Formats: sequence, structure tokens, C-alpha cells
Amino acid sequence: MAMLEVKGINKKFGKIEVLKGIDFELNKGEVLSIIGSSGSGKTTLLRCMTFLETAEKGKVFVDGNCVFDADEQKRVGSSELRKRQLNFGLVFQNFNLFPQYTVLDNVCLAPKLLAKDRPDFRVSKKEIYAEIEENAKKLIERVGMTPRIDMYPCQLSGGQQQRVAIARALALNPKILCFDEPTSALDPELTGEVLKVIRSLKDGDCTMVIVTHEMNFAHEVSDKIIFMDEGVIAEQGTPDILDNPKTERLSAFLNAFSQ
Amino acid sequence: MFWEVTLNLLKGFGTTCELFALTLVFALPLGLIISFGSMSKFKPLKAVCKVFVWCIRGTPLMLQMIVIYYGPGLVGQWAQGIDNPSMIITWLAGWTVFDRFIAVLVAFVINYACYFSEIYRGGIEGIPVGQREAGQVLGMKKSQLFFKVTLLQVIKRIVPPMSNEIITLVKDTSLARIIAVYEIIYAGERFIKAEGLIWPLFYTGAFYLIFCGVLTLLFGFIEKKLDYFRS
Repeated sequence: MAMLEVKGINKKFGKIEVLKGIDFELNKGEVLSIIGSSGSGKTTLLRCMTFLETAEKGKVFVDGNCVFDADEQKRVGSSELRKRQLNFGLVFQNFNLFPQYTVLDNVCLAPKLLAKDRPDFRVSKKEIYAEIEENAKKLIERVGMTPRIDMYPCQLSGGQQQRVAIARALALNPKILCFDEPTSALDPELTGEVLKVIRSLKDGDCTMVIVTHEMNFAHEVSDKIIFMDEGVIAEQGTPDILDNPKTERLSAFLNAFSQ
Repeated sequence: MFWEVTLNLLKGFGTTCELFALTLVFALPLGLIISFGSMSKFKPLKAVCKVFVWCIRGTPLMLQMIVIYYGPGLVGQWAQGIDNPSMIITWLAGWTVFDRFIAVLVAFVINYACYFSEIYRGGIEGIPVGQREAGQVLGMKKSQLFFKVTLLQVIKRIVPPMSNEIITLVKDTSLARIIAVYEIIYAGERFIKAEGLIWPLFYTGAFYLIFCGVLTLLFGFIEKKLDYFRS
């Protein structure tokens, strides 16, 4: 069964229709890359999935459960909304680490706050926090940031900040991890280290959706590619479509890219 | 003579400090409430707050003090002159002038709360949207987002404009003299009438200088404490 099902997502900003009915499915452990030129709606799609924008129409299912239904969205309470939100993790283009916290605290903050809702929190606060920190340290190790665990974001390079942001998103164990152009704010030489981390996540069984402009990376890491153009999915398929595009629009896009 | 003057001025300075401290105690939280109001998505509340801030910032503090001091008494007098008073009118008829110090304090609190609210608003709106979005996708509640993510960043941003405003407050307390609250300027002035001495009035400047000097050091310390991160 599909891990992620997106059905008929529509989104307008004022009168402009940015998404015109988006449908796709993704299986557990698969990596989906969304490509397309700027303004094609790929970031908006990701933001609709992660509830940063509210779509006017459509549904989203995770693991068979409906997490978003545009028709009944207004009736969903804020605590239920937060619970549903946690199905998704999101890594931002410009990292958005919390500047006043160290690397470790950035990763620990959200899990610690969530732990307060646990019924056994009062009794075993220390154990819970210790467990969260232990887990955070493992994640920080996984993204290769252990030597800088006590540093503040302003002391890190962009690539390092993005690796911490990935660890922070992983700390809540999302079913689907989303990346919004994770390397677009980075120098070419820093891009590699971030892509390496994302690649390593694929070897686990992380289900991922990546909005990217890195064609080679998308080709290499993805199980599925979606090409968006003017608010619709113009072409989708295996990474093969990057070599043999069926539509004119995709081949034009790829041509523009290789020049 | 010098000691006598100093002791007298210290007495006045006590009132100055009291006015200063109480204004901060009430105006700092009230300003936050007003700033939330003026950022509210509920349009009528937003409009009320904006107009209120406009009125308070658009008129002199001295005038506000006078209105608050004499206003209630005038309302009371007017209400007493009305025949067949209703419940409300009878209640209004009971209004008399405030205690001088209370009137000044109320005027200061309202005035400074409005200035603070604009500083808070600038600080809160200056936090990048990404911070809120990051907290949101990490499942934080609105209150957690405010206290754990936004607040310290806001504080860091508003320390310089706040220290400016608070140092202005130290000197603005001298306006209380206008309705005869016995603060330090008043204390200094009395020596002109009573003894023909003007230097005690000049001497009050030293008190202000020392007070502001201490505050400057304090704010410098806070700024330095928050220097460990950049937002």
C-alpha cells in the first residue's frame, strides 16, 4: 500500500491558481524528487503537504489514514492538527535553525516539548530527557556533526547548518521527510556534504519527498520523479524520464538546464 | 548645608525612583498586551489599539497627566449637576480627583505602555517567518513557539530601543513636578524659594546622571549576555 497518497490538491493565492489538481502516490521507503522551473508550484505543493499552506481542494493520506481533507479542514482542532503535522518532517531551503540554541538543543527541543504530553512525564522526566538526548546524539553523529554538537548555528557553515536541520527533522521520526530545495542556499562546495547525508538516509527506509534543482542528484537518488509545470504534473515516472523525456515541456526544461 | 540639601534631594529622588520602577512594572506587561492587540487578526481590536496608540503618542505626556489628574473631578462635577440621575450618572457623580501620585503613575504607565508596544511589535514582526514555520512543522504549540523560540530573539532585538526608552523615562519623571508631585526637581526648586539657593537644583543633575549611568551599564551587560547568538 502507498505510504503517501496525494489526491486532487488545488491551491490558489488570491486569483492565481498555483496548483491545479495534483495527484500522486509514493510507497514506503521510496524517494520522490519534484523538479520544475521556479513558479511551477513545487514548493507550494510541499508546503500544502506539510500544512504550512492550506489547500482549497484535495486530500492527503499517510499510511492509509487521511491527514488532510480540504472539505473538513476547518473542523480539525489545533492539537489534532499538530498530531497530523508530525507525519511530516520538513527541511527548509534556508535551514531555519533556532539561533539561540546549540546544535544539540536544536535537535532536542521539539522532542522534549512533545514529551510533556506523555502521561509518564512527571514521574520519569529525567529518563525521558536522557533518552531524547541519547537519540539526538545518534542523529547528530549520523549527519557528521558530533564535533560541533555544542556550537551555535551562527558558528556553522551553511552546509553544517543544513545537516543539523536534517537531524532536527529526523528527531521526531516523521513518516515522510520533505526537503524544500535543501541545497539552493549553499555554495557548490557545500552542496555535496548535504546531498551525501540525504543519500545516506535512503539506505535506511526513509520515505522522502525532495524539491530540488540538482538534476544529477535527483536522477541518482530517486525512485520516482515528478516534473511540474504551471501548477500541474506535466510528466512523472522513474528517473528514466530525465534521459528520455516524453513531453516537450520536460525536454525543453532539461535542455535549458544542461546549457 | 550640603548634607541638608543632599538629604532633601534624596527624599525627592525616592519618589522619582518609585515612579520610575512602578511605571516599568506596569507598562512593560501592558505594552505587550497592547502590541498583541495591534497585531491581532481581529480587525476591530486592531483598530482600537492603533487609534489608542496614536492618541497617546500624538499628545504630550504633560497634557495626559493633567487630563488624568483633573479629568475625573470634572466628570464628577458635571454628573452632580444632572437632574434625575440614572445608575451610571450617580456612579460618575462619585468621581473626584485622583491622588497626585496615582494620577501621574497612571499617565506614565499608559504613555510608556504605548511606546513599548510599538517596540515589541517591531521586535516580534522582525523575527523571520521561517522560525515560526520551523516550530510549526516540529509540532509546537503556539505558546511553546512564543516562549521557547521567539521570545529570546525578540528580547535581543529590542534591548537597544528599550534601553533608549527607559533612559528617557528616568528624565521624564521630572514632568510629575507639573502637578506638584514631590520628586527631585521639586525638591531642588524649593531651595530657591526658601533659601535663595539655585545650586541645589543644578545638583539634581548628578542624581539623574548616576541613575542613567547605572542603567546604561546594566543594558550593556544584558546586550553582552545575549551576544552569543545571532538571529
